[in-house]
Amino acid sequence: MSVLSQFAADARDFLPILLQGCFVTIQLTLAALVLSTVLGFVWALMRLSPSAFLRWPAVTFITIIRGIPIIVQLFYMYFVLPDLGIQLTAFQAGFIGLGIAYSSYQAENFRGGIQAVDHGQIEAAQSLGMRPALVMRRVVLPQAIRVFLPPYGNTMIMMLKDSSIASAITVAELTRGGQLIAASTFKNMTVFTLVALLYLTMSLPLSYLARWLERRFGRR
Amino acid sequence: MIVVDRIAKAFGTHVVLEDFSLTVDKGEVVCIIGPSGSGKSTALRCINGLESYDRGTITIDGARVDRADPSIHALRSETGMVFQRFNLFPHRTAIENVMEGPVYVKRVPRAEARERAVALLEKVGLAQKIDAYPDKLSGGQQQRVAIARALAMQPKVMLFDEPTSALDPELVGEVLKVMLTLAREGMTMIVVTHEIGFAAEVANRVLFLDHGRILEQGPPEAILKNPQHERTRDFLQRVLRPAA
Repeated sequence: MSVLSQFAADARDFLPILLQGCFVTIQLTLAALVLSTVLGFVWALMRLSPSAFLRWPAVTFITIIRGIPIIVQLFYMYFVLPDLGIQLTAFQAGFIGLGIAYSSYQAENFRGGIQAVDHGQIEAAQSLGMRPALVMRRVVLPQAIRVFLPPYGNTMIMMLKDSSIASAITVAELTRGGQLIAASTFKNMTVFTLVALLYLTMSLPLSYLARWLERRFGRR
Repeated sequence: MIVVDRIAKAFGTHVVLEDFSLTVDKGEVVCIIGPSGSGKSTALRCINGLESYDRGTITIDGARVDRADPSIHALRSETGMVFQRFNLFPHRTAIENVMEGPVYVKRVPRAEARERAVALLEKVGLAQKIDAYPDKLSGGQQQRVAIARALAMQPKVMLFDEPTSALDPELVGEVLKVMLTLAREGMTMIVVTHEIGFAAEVANRVLFLDHGRILEQGPPEAILKNPQHERTRDFLQRVLRPAA
């Protein structure tokens, strides 16, 4: 049997399992994306607050999170928290850990976008009688979004790929699925080529989405 | 209507405003002139709480202007402000800029706000540009939209912060014309400006500010034609004959 037809035959065997892994990867990425976006936005607003009581905790948190490898943060979530009486499933530990880790990058990105808005815009909004929340919603964010969307698209792609780190805490996502099949069949080349192609397949739509967002919001 | 009572402001040892007092009655037009760095803009920005002041008080119809107090938002919605650099919202069309305050601050129904915005844009001569984004408008057009945006809030007073300083010379006239019309209609206005001709024609009173102090004030004929202070004479000479 030729190499190619052997590959096709193995692929048929392995794909159902790997596709299940893809499904978990997508769930994990989406959950972490939502969490990191919400948290990142909170940190960004705290960092920009005039109150030191809000700024200081956010700066400290971001500095600590950025200085620790994601895999160590996941180990902490999954292996250390139970010792403190907090039991998380592997999936929960994975998305919370990834979400928190990425929230620091998101925060810096949001902050940059918000700070890029001309101060005259804020004064114009204030002079109309807008309260701070309204200034943020109607004037600052619609302009900041143009600055932070392109990097946000990249963050989504990085997150999809970094979700593979969750394999280290036994989350049954794509990389983990590949490892298990490879360990039992020794067909490393077939398995990891398939895994790579599947990641690529998932990230391509994200690349298009990122570019579309950039066009959509970059116009004005 | 507006009473500014001996306000003072300093950054460290640098005095920006010292003992600045000003009373403006309904329908009055007051022009503030003076060299750059004399504190004109700061004084104006204190009146709607965009800037803080260290001492003194400012009241609008008896309500105190305090930028640290939640009441500041309501006060600002009653004072229109026009900026040197227009500060239109670039992500919204001309009419959306004008509707923004009424719809989102005053909660005026959209249809009603739109109708009034169209009328205001017609008033400033931009009926054809209602759907244009600011980056498609000239500086003079942008500033006229900005005036319409401030008027849309039906303010008690309009504050102008060097509204023509960022404009090409040939665009200054169209903005001054709109301001002149407003003044003739009885709008209460405080105008920080270098346009001496405008002050002479429109102002009820002219203030000359230097180093944060009011050096002299009075009707335009007195201040502009017959200034008492050396500094005022110097300044007017330089402004009126910039080539000399």
